[in-house]
Amino acid sequence: MIAAAVAAPSTLAGGANVIAVGVLLAEFGMFRQALLRDQVRLYAAQSALLSALAIVVAATRHLPELYALAGLSFALKAVIVPVVVRRLLRGIGADGGDPRWSDIAGSHTLGIASTVLIAIAVAAFGFFTVAALGIASPVLPATALSISIAVILVAFVLMIVRQDVVSQAIGFLSLENGVSLTALVVAAGLPLILEIAFLFDLLVVAVVFGLLIRVHHGRAESMSTADLTSLRG
Amino acid sequence: MHVILILLLALPVGAALICVRAPMPAARAVTALCGAACFGLVIALVPAAAHGDISYLRLLRVDALSAVFMLATGFLYGAVAVYSVGYLSSGSGHDYLGPRYARRFWVGLNLFAWAMLAAPMMSNLALLWVAIEVTTVISALLVAIEDTDGAAEAAWKYVLLASTGLALALLATIFAYYAGAHVLGEHYDLGFTQLLAAAPRLPRTAVQLAFVLAVLGYGTKTGLVPVHTWLPDAHSEAPTPVSALLSGSLLAVSFYAILRFYQVASAALGPRFPRDVLLVFGVASLLLAMLYLFGQRDIKRLLAYSSVEHMGILAIGVSFGAPAALAGVLLHVLGHAAAKGNAFMGAGVLVRKLGSKRITSIRGGLDLLPWSGPLFLLALFALGAMPPFGLFRSEFEIVTGGLGSGSYAAAAILIVGVTVAFFGLAGSLTRVLLLPPPDRGGTALVRGEPSGWMVVPVAAGALALLLLGVHPPAELTDLFGRAVALLGGRMS
Repeated sequence: MIAAAVAAPSTLAGGANVIAVGVLLAEFGMFRQALLRDQVRLYAAQSALLSALAIVVAATRHLPELYALAGLSFALKAVIVPVVVRRLLRGIGADGGDPRWSDIAGSHTLGIASTVLIAIAVAAFGFFTVAALGIASPVLPATALSISIAVILVAFVLMIVRQDVVSQAIGFLSLENGVSLTALVVAAGLPLILEIAFLFDLLVVAVVFGLLIRVHHGRAESMSTADLTSLRG
Repeated sequence: MHVILILLLALPVGAALICVRAPMPAARAVTALCGAACFGLVIALVPAAAHGDISYLRLLRVDALSAVFMLATGFLYGAVAVYSVGYLSSGSGHDYLGPRYARRFWVGLNLFAWAMLAAPMMSNLALLWVAIEVTTVISALLVAIEDTDGAAEAAWKYVLLASTGLALALLATIFAYYAGAHVLGEHYDLGFTQLLAAAPRLPRTAVQLAFVLAVLGYGTKTGLVPVHTWLPDAHSEAPTPVSALLSGSLLAVSFYAILRFYQVASAALGPRFPRDVLLVFGVASLLLAMLYLFGQRDIKRLLAYSSVEHMGILAIGVSFGAPAALAGVLLHVLGHAAAKGNAFMGAGVLVRKLGSKRITSIRGGLDLLPWSGPLFLLALFALGAMPPFGLFRSEFEIVTGGLGSGSYAAAAILIVGVTVAFFGLAGSLTRVLLLPPPDRGGTALVRGEPSGWMVVPVAAGALALLLLGVHPPAELTDLFGRAVALLGGRMS
C-alpha cells in the first residue's frame, strides 16, 4: 500500500537530498557565527529550508496535509521562534545592542578550524553508520536520512563546544530541526495533529529557554557557562 | 470511568488557574484539596484498570500499566500539596520567600502534577512524548524558582540535557512510526494497541534503533547512568516539595515511557535484545550511584543519587523478565515514590529546622524533631529495603525473579549493590539523626516541629509503605498481575 503512493521517487529523492545538504551546511555555518543575531538568522534559514522540503514531499508523494505543515512550520520556526528568542534577549544586550554581550566569539573551547574538522568527522560517522544500517523502503530517500542523522550529530558538537547559553539554546533548536528533517524523510505521513503538537511544544521550549537565559544572565551578568561549575560530585 | 479520566485532566489545570488569581489561603486550600481528590480518583480507577482498558476518544487510554504509574503520581501529588502548605509558611503565618514566589510555586506545582498524570493516560507514543516534554519545561521553571545561583545553574543544565534527551526520544518515536507505517500504512497515529498488534511484522532494524534511542532519550529523564548528570543538581536545588515530585514521580513517568517501547520491542524482536539493553543501563546506574552515595556533602544530593540507584534497580528488574521480577518492579515504583517522597520531605524539615543542606551541619534530628525525626529514620530503612516496608517486598520479588530466570550474576550484583548503597545512605543519614544537636553558643534550638502540615503527609507515606510491605490490597495485586501480563510475563 505504500508503494502505491509513490509518484516520482527520483524527484523526491533529488529534492530531499539537495535540501538536506542545505540544512547540514546551515548547521556548519553556525560554527563560525559569533553574533547571536547571525545565529538566529541561520536558524531561521535552516527552518525555511525544512518548510521547502515539506512542500517537495507534499507535492511528490501527494500528501496535501504537508502543505499545511509547511506553512505552520515556516510561521513558527522561521518567524515566531526567532522573533521570540530575540525579544526575550533584547533587554540584556545579546541581540547586538550592547557590544559587551553581543559578541560570543570567545565561547569556543576549540578553534573554529578544529571544531569544523571534528564536526566533519562526526557527520561522516553518522552518515555512513546510518547507511550501513540498511533502513530502506521504496519511498525513503536513504541519503537524506543519513544526512539528517549527520545534522543531529553536528548539532550535538555545536552544543558541546560552545560555552555560552545562547549558542547552546540555538544548538538545541537546530538539533530539533535535524529531528524534523528525519521526520519528514522517514515519517512524512505522521498525522498533522501530532506534528502540530510537536511544533507547539517547540514554541513552549523556546520560551522556557529564553526565560532561563534571562535568569542566568541576571545572576551571572554574562552569557558564559564558564561559571556554571558550583554543582558537582 | 471516562468521567474520572476527564476529571484527572481538568482538576489540576483548574486548580492552577485558580492559583493564578486567588488569594494565598485559597490557593493553598485548592491545591491541597485537588491533590487529595486526584489521589482518590486514581484509586477509584484501579479496580477498572485491573480488569480492562479504559479508553476515551482514541486519545486517552488507561491500562493496568498506566494505572500503576498514575497511582505513584497521584499519591505524591496529594502528599506534596499538603506538605507545601507547611513548607511555604515560615511558621508565623508569613509566606516563605514572599507572595510572588508562593503564587508561582502553587501554579507550577499543579501544572507539573497535571502533566505527570496526563502522560500515562496518552494512547499513543507521540502524545506521550509531548506530555513528557511538558513535564520537563514546567519542572525546569520550578527548579529555577528559588532564584539562587545554584538554582539557575541546575535549571539550565536540566532543561538543556533533558530537552536534548527528549529530542532523541522524539527520534525514537519517529522510527517507531516508520516501523509501524510499513505494516499499518501511512495513516495510523502511533497508538500502542495498533503498534503492539502489528509488532511481529515490524522491520527489525527500525525497532531496534527506536528502542535504543528511547532508552537513551527517556533514560535521560529517568536518570539512568551515563545520562543522569542533570539529576543530582536539579534535585538538590529545587524546592523540597518539587524534589519529592521529581524523584518519586517524574523519573517513574519517564521510565513508563521506556516500558511502552519495551512492550513493542519485545513483541517485535523477542525479549532478549531489549532486556540486554536495559540490563546494561541498569547495572551501570546501580553501581555508579552506589559509589556516589559515599562522601556526599549535601543531604538532597545524597537522596538524588539514591534515586539513580533505584531507577537502576527498576531497569535490572525489567531485564530479568520473569513475572515475579516484573511484579516487583511495579511494586517498586509505588514503594519508591512513597519512600523517596518521605525521605525528601523529611530532609526538607531537617533543612528548615537547622538552616543548612550540608550533612555535616545537620545534627540531632531525633532530639529536635519529635515526629519528623523518627519518620525520617523509617524512610531511610524503607529506602534500604528493610522489612516490613514495601521496598523490601519489591526487591525480594525482583531478586527471586532474577534467580528464577537464571540471571545469577545480575541478581548477585543487585544484592551487593543494594546492600552497599544502604550503608552509604545510612552512614551519612544516621549521623544526621543520632548525633547531638549543634551547640549554637547558648541559643539552643528548641525541640518541636516547624509545621504540622509537614508531618501529616510523611506519616501517610509511612503507612502506605507499611501497607505495601505487609499486605498489599487485593485490587493492587490484580492490577500488578494484569500489568505484568502486558509486559510479557505470565502470572501463575
